[in-house]
Amino acid sequence: MAQRLGKYTLRLENRPRVQGFASIVGKKEGDGPLERYFDAVHDDTTLGQDSWEKAESRLQQEAAEEAIKKAGVTEQDIQYILAGDLLNQCISSTFGLQSLNIPFWGQYGACSTMAQTLSLASVLVDAGAAERCLAVTSSHFCSAERQFRFPLEYGGQRTPTAQWTATASGAVVVGQSGDGPWVSAVTAGRIRDLGIKDAANMGAAMAPAAAQTLFDFLTDTQTKPADYDLILTGDLGLIGSSLMEEILRRDGIEIAPVHNDCGLMLYDREKQDVHAGGSGCGCSGAVLCSVVLQRMCRKKLRNVLFIGTGALMSTTSSQQGESIPGIAHLVYLQA
Amino acid sequence: MKKITREEYAAMTEKASPGSHVFKDCLYAFVFGGALCTLGQVLVNLYQAVGLDLQGARAAVSISLIGLSALLTALRVYDNIARYAGAGTLVPITGFANAVVSPAMEFKAEGYVMGIGAKMFTIAGPVLVYGIIASILYGIILYIVGLF
Repeated sequence: MAQRLGKYTLRLENRPRVQGFASIVGKKEGDGPLERYFDAVHDDTTLGQDSWEKAESRLQQEAAEEAIKKAGVTEQDIQYILAGDLLNQCISSTFGLQSLNIPFWGQYGACSTMAQTLSLASVLVDAGAAERCLAVTSSHFCSAERQFRFPLEYGGQRTPTAQWTATASGAVVVGQSGDGPWVSAVTAGRIRDLGIKDAANMGAAMAPAAAQTLFDFLTDTQTKPADYDLILTGDLGLIGSSLMEEILRRDGIEIAPVHNDCGLMLYDREKQDVHAGGSGCGCSGAVLCSVVLQRMCRKKLRNVLFIGTGALMSTTSSQQGESIPGIAHLVYLQA
Repeated sequence: MKKITREEYAAMTEKASPGSHVFKDCLYAFVFGGALCTLGQVLVNLYQAVGLDLQGARAAVSISLIGLSALLTALRVYDNIARYAGAGTLVPITGFANAVVSPAMEFKAEGYVMGIGAKMFTIAGPVLVYGIIASILYGIILYIVGLF
């Protein structure tokens, strides 16, 4: 059973295991430095569908099916799906996963969704409430643009602080047995808002939440950054990453030597013109479910703190002049 | 954890966030915008040469630039030019045409009425509303000034 550690952390003593994982991405992501780690790259970002929303649903369905296949099980062996995405009412998840016919709990954590769904799936498995759970998320550049920003063909300019929403999906099967990496602890984040209103600078909006959650975890576990091989945030991008490091430095915590960010790993930032880096649920989902978990399976990485970060605004709150609340959930993975 | 005030964080963010390349952006906008206006003048001369009067030629130029802009938007070329041109393509009439055509294309998925019909003016609509209000106000001012 889960043991509470300190104020915010749950230690999962039964070691819920990663049994299978998959990442499916679009063309731009396939052109990036992580290409060889993905399970599939779609050069046609419509995925043969007639709307971007359906394309994203399809992306999520493919990632889920591939993860189930790689876990060596079938849909019937999974008790719960926990999934979410960026679109209104999480339609990518509901439309994409309904055909799997598995009990479904929809989640919204903005870009922190991978960490949120993986946390809850692990807690359920650890508690014995499920033998196996599936955590899934996705984002699609085109469906996100049309919902949050401008039509694709609109001739606008992006600011240097803007991040690029990834066309990607990640899925993980967590189960009670196996010899893969396991989820050792989870820390749920508290909402943090330091007044950033610029929706084109979401890394800055989310950095305080990421710093807070990591601080909580390190305090609860009485550990330090050097105890871990990788502290992986997703997706703070360039500006958010440096701000998070700076915030923690004020408390005497130095994470720079072991810190990396999914938004900085997914693309070649300069060559691919993504400005401050990648973002979107699928960004951290696909980076975790490709290079990171693969390297953990090969024991190249043994102690990883995965911190999914989300910006919890909506187009309505932004238009009404509200600042952007941030959230960050931490998953401690071991191999 | 040490507390950070909103003011402190605003200063930290300002320092960490790179600004836009103002000089480069202005230069590109000047070159592209200037080229567009030159094209407009060439077209005025051309239309006059084939027999239109000055007023007619100017109207024909607006129609031509709107048509060209709409065509380039439909061919998915416009946004790639505008990424560099910035205000150089946004401010002239080309920007307005793109602002109408791009949502029309994007929201076709929601149908001809609630998609194209309702969403076509989401970007250009506010420009129209305040542009028309401003022109009415200036008309009234002009009228009042003309009384004296």
